Amino acid sequence: MTVEQAVFLFTSFLILFSGFMMVTRQNLVHAALYLVVALFGVAVIFVLLEAGFLAVVQVLVYIGAIAILMIFAVMLTRGDVSQEQEPVNANFGWALLLAALFCFGLIVLIGQWPAIDSQAPALDPEADTVLDLGAALVSPDAYVIPFEVASVLLLAALIGALVVARPQKKNPRSAK
Amino acid sequence: MSFINDPIGFLAEWITNFLSGFLPEAWVIFIVTLLGVIITASFGLIIVIFLIWLERKIAARFQDRLGPNRAGPYGLLQTFADMIKLITKEDVVPEKADKLTFNIAPILSVVAVLLIWAVVPFAPGWIGTDLNVGVLYIAAVGSFGILSILMAGWSSNNKYALLGAFRAVAQLISYEVPMLITLMVPVLLARDMGMMTIVESQNLWYIALAPISAIIFMVSSIAEVGRTPFDLIEAESEIVAGYHTEYTGMKFGMFFAAEFLHAFTIGVIFAILFLGGWRGPGAEEFRLLGVVYLMLKGLLGYFIVMWVRSTLPRIRIDHMLAFNWKFLTPLSLMLLVMTAILDKIFGDTALRLPLLLAGNVLVLFLGWLALRWASRRQTKTRRVFKKRPVAKPA
Amino acid sequence: MIPLSWYLVLAAALFSLGLYGVLARKNAIAILMGVELMLNAVNVNLVAFWRYLTPDSVSGQAFAVMVFAVAAAEVAVGLALVISIYRRRKTVAADEINLMKW
Repeated sequence: MTVEQAVFLFTSFLILFSGFMMVTRQNLVHAALYLVVALFGVAVIFVLLEAGFLAVVQVLVYIGAIAILMIFAVMLTRGDVSQEQEPVNANFGWALLLAALFCFGLIVLIGQWPAIDSQAPALDPEADTVLDLGAALVSPDAYVIPFEVASVLLLAALIGALVVARPQKKNPRSAK
Repeated sequence: MSFINDPIGFLAEWITNFLSGFLPEAWVIFIVTLLGVIITASFGLIIVIFLIWLERKIAARFQDRLGPNRAGPYGLLQTFADMIKLITKEDVVPEKADKLTFNIAPILSVVAVLLIWAVVPFAPGWIGTDLNVGVLYIAAVGSFGILSILMAGWSSNNKYALLGAFRAVAQLISYEVPMLITLMVPVLLARDMGMMTIVESQNLWYIALAPISAIIFMVSSIAEVGRTPFDLIEAESEIVAGYHTEYTGMKFGMFFAAEFLHAFTIGVIFAILFLGGWRGPGAEEFRLLGVVYLMLKGLLGYFIVMWVRSTLPRIRIDHMLAFNWKFLTPLSLMLLVMTAILDKIFGDTALRLPLLLAGNVLVLFLGWLALRWASRRQTKTRRVFKKRPVAKPA
Repeated sequence: MIPLSWYLVLAAALFSLGLYGVLARKNAIAILMGVELMLNAVNVNLVAFWRYLTPDSVSGQAFAVMVFAVAAAEVAVGLALVISIYRRRKTVAADEINLMKW
């Protein structure tokens, strides 16, 4: 077993363990903290895949923004009684079955695929993948339209989130 | 390669040669890398001891006091005395605290700052790891600091700690926006994200090409550290001590050390991005001189942080957020667009410096207009007041 | 070296965990967390396929960047909705938000 394989196995164990803890914890802040561990593990996987830029962006976007927003939202909705109740709903048996079947089916499908044991081809040491990625994202031949659509989407989400979450003063029920 | 020119490279080569005699190559690389990590990390931790003494001395001068002067010459041993005190103090964990989270939070806060030192270029060739996304890495690592504050505030099971954490998240996430945008300005000018390349490309310090960006970066980094005037996250008069209210002994000491080290680290990052990093006369030849230059420039940034701290009072929370979202963020966005356009067109001509400077002055003027407009509107609304009903006897 | 199948199995397991979280959890925020887990599994797959099958074209990484943007937008709007619902109904349990149910 090489060092890379050991790192991969340890990281994937960490990811799956914290993912499992995340979906089973009743305390939502704990769940969010386990989510952070899982997301960090995915960043390590990106490093193993030699996608350093994505690993850094993963930490910046997921841990720095998304996970912290999650924890923040959990704390803002603390008065909710359902946080002390059962963490799962009535359909949890079906959910478990479906998820297990899904996982099993995916692994069987992966196993039947011919290119399954392909090894990673060596990356061109001269090529700068970050540079290529940046150029591709704004190149008219490649991904400029998805890139612009993504920025419009982010702007729309920004405005939408503001409008939705803003306290409505005229509504007597939310008045304090 | 001689010892005088490159002591660290010389030592590394010597150790490598020594170890290769009886160890396989993979182990040699591992041990040398580990030594490098230990040296870089402990450099940060050791410098904190000196920084705390320095800050207390300088803050004392600002306030017309003497500062620590009992333990050792000029009070130099004061920090060691404080450390011994903090270590020997009782370590109290609140009964209803979330134990694991409570204990991890201070470690994470130190780690978040120490990780930044991995991409600090000390001198030519002396860098932990020259990531090609170094600048982004600094911003990413900062998010662990926010996480540690949130964990500390939540797990303490104390309302003041939680309030402090809420404020911290609001402040740190908001000020990350102008900081990230202004971080992109040196990246644009250097056309690379690696820290080493940014330093090497600064034949002219970037503070000359982007003075307003440098100031915005400094302001938003002060907010990131949570120093006065942005110390709302630990405002004693409002929320006891904020997120570290419940911490005692060395766990508090870790938050304390992390804050001091972070303040110095942003000084160093400022020096690297805008003041030319290790560059200076003779730095290419004698690398130790480069470290000295970097530390001096970093201390200059740190001194500015201390100066602001002892001069300005704490600002109100709504002013803090409004200042960020309504002033700093639009201004930095304007600067980024302006720099991108001008540098793309005139980047290789002699007009680069005057045009970029003129652009900066223009943006500053627009910002000043906006500020004047806002303050006029504020005084106007304040002047218009209704006659208040006076209580009358029935 | 690590075979491609390891990454695919990891992604499949992670996706299933996320799926279970989405289907079984009561709290709306926990459901959003499950969605994040699923998106991450997709990203692992995208980057693994980029690295093993098409390292010359950047499409895998470009799609991963799009997934980041979509995830950020989704969380912002999702959490805004959760907080808005919490303000009106004092609950964030997904099965108690049933006014539109027939």
